[in-house]
Amino acid sequence: MVNEILEILNEDSRRTPEEIAVMLGTDVETVKQKIEELEKNKVIVKYNTIVNWDKTDREYVTALIEVKVTPQRDQGFDAIAERIYKFPEVKSVYLMSGDYDLAVMIEGRTMKEVAFFVAEKLSVLDSVLSTATHFVLKKYKVDGVILEDEEKDYRQVIVP
Amino acid sequence: MNVESMIAERVKEVPPSGIRKFFDIASEMEGVISLGVGEPDFVTPWNVREACIYSLEKGMTCYTSNWGMPELRKAISCYLSRRFGLEYNPKNEIVVTVGASEAIDLALRAILNPEDEVLIPDPSYVAYMPCVRFAGAKAVAVECRPEDEFRLTPDKLEQKITPKTKALILPYPNNPTGAIMTHDDLEAIAQVLRRTDIIVISDEIYAELTYGQRHVSIASLPDMKERTVVINGFSKAFAMTGWRLGYAAGHPALISAMVKIHQYTTLCAPIMAQVAAIEALRKGFEDGFASVEYMVKQYNMRRKVMVNGFREIGLECYEPKGAFYVFPSIKKTGMTSEEFCEKLLMDQKVAVVPGTAFGASGEGFIRCSYAYSIDNINEAIKRIGNFLKKIL
Repeated sequence: MVNEILEILNEDSRRTPEEIAVMLGTDVETVKQKIEELEKNKVIVKYNTIVNWDKTDREYVTALIEVKVTPQRDQGFDAIAERIYKFPEVKSVYLMSGDYDLAVMIEGRTMKEVAFFVAEKLSVLDSVLSTATHFVLKKYKVDGVILEDEEKDYRQVIVP
Repeated sequence: MNVESMIAERVKEVPPSGIRKFFDIASEMEGVISLGVGEPDFVTPWNVREACIYSLEKGMTCYTSNWGMPELRKAISCYLSRRFGLEYNPKNEIVVTVGASEAIDLALRAILNPEDEVLIPDPSYVAYMPCVRFAGAKAVAVECRPEDEFRLTPDKLEQKITPKTKALILPYPNNPTGAIMTHDDLEAIAQVLRRTDIIVISDEIYAELTYGQRHVSIASLPDMKERTVVINGFSKAFAMTGWRLGYAAGHPALISAMVKIHQYTTLCAPIMAQVAAIEALRKGFEDGFASVEYMVKQYNMRRKVMVNGFREIGLECYEPKGAFYVFPSIKKTGMTSEEFCEKLLMDQKVAVVPGTAFGASGEGFIRCSYAYSIDNINEAIKRIGNFLKKIL
């Protein structure tokens, strides 16, 4: 049942324990208790909102930085990843297989700001061997959600 | 020339669909919330649509075998075996049709002589009675009652069997009631039928959409396969209503007779839809029908929300175990089904379908579909609740 609760909340975090209880055919207290546990164990990390900032007047740019690093003895990639993800400009950090090691998503107000961040903060780190910066031009789908032109309901009002 | 007088008697005497009137009003109205749709709100999965686009690019735009593409028939045979334990030879026991609707029409026309009688559980899907009458035979309703959870019972069935009875249409999981027939329910029906020469036309289009238990086909019961035509399709299980693709499986003699009509009236089902269906099944075999399971899970949650919602606003409703309909009773309002639906539409702009559209036994009930988002369902129930407060 825990996975089902998570699936429902992952789809719409505004669903109340009352609604979830009905959807899963169980009682409210059980759902509340499970959610509390999930929050406590950090399985549920945070409730947030998917925003299409392109529809607002906020100026921002997102970049994907490919970072090659030297792993450190005893700590592997974790220590350098932590050095990087602690910067508030960094929105996400993934350890990757393949040509490079860390995929770092950075958000800034302008391209210049992002470029300076990479030059001054990221590439100067000891274990960083090289970086490659790719600016995001348009977001089509984020976290499984299509941002624009979601398919509409073409069905007729009444069908036998 | 009086053109109207040229219309055949058997066409004239079939009344127009009970749904039509509501559709005309509702489709003109602004801001209508509908629970009136008998098709999934899911769009056909992208892999299926993409396979069809690719086939068009390759130029697959020709006729196929009258029976349907051999690859598709093989896949259907495999699907029926894996999902429902039914064994049919793809060479001569399966025909691919334009929707399950065509398969029903073919099955009826293949077996019916004038004066033959066909038993139809009531309430059930709107097309059975007209199809029987277009085929020149007589439709006989068999009442299904709420106290039996709208299942067909052996005693009600037996009461309607005469020497002229040629066939029984067995539409479970049921539209509009959401009723299902368990193995034991079917065995009781089979016990009656085995003593007769009645053909069963088992419309199993909602077979994948059951909650809490798997669908059982009457064809899987001992000695029932020979006399049963299993009808199914891709509309409900794979969210492919507009593709119009169905099939029938049964005794070679029945299927060849159906193919004879099919080849002269339709030739074959559209190749685009057949290619898409092959992909739907291929992916299903590969991932254990994950997209079907996903849809069933979503429907199940909505089903619970709807049943709970109706009970909270004081509408009596039994818990349906299949399809995607809830069939609450509106008897306490003192209104007829049609009256209720019309006033609800005018007053609250909620479109539901009167139970009587599906037969006389549907009087006092309304069909509400939960093939909608939970927010849509909640809003509709709220409005129906407001309506009840006003009139009770």
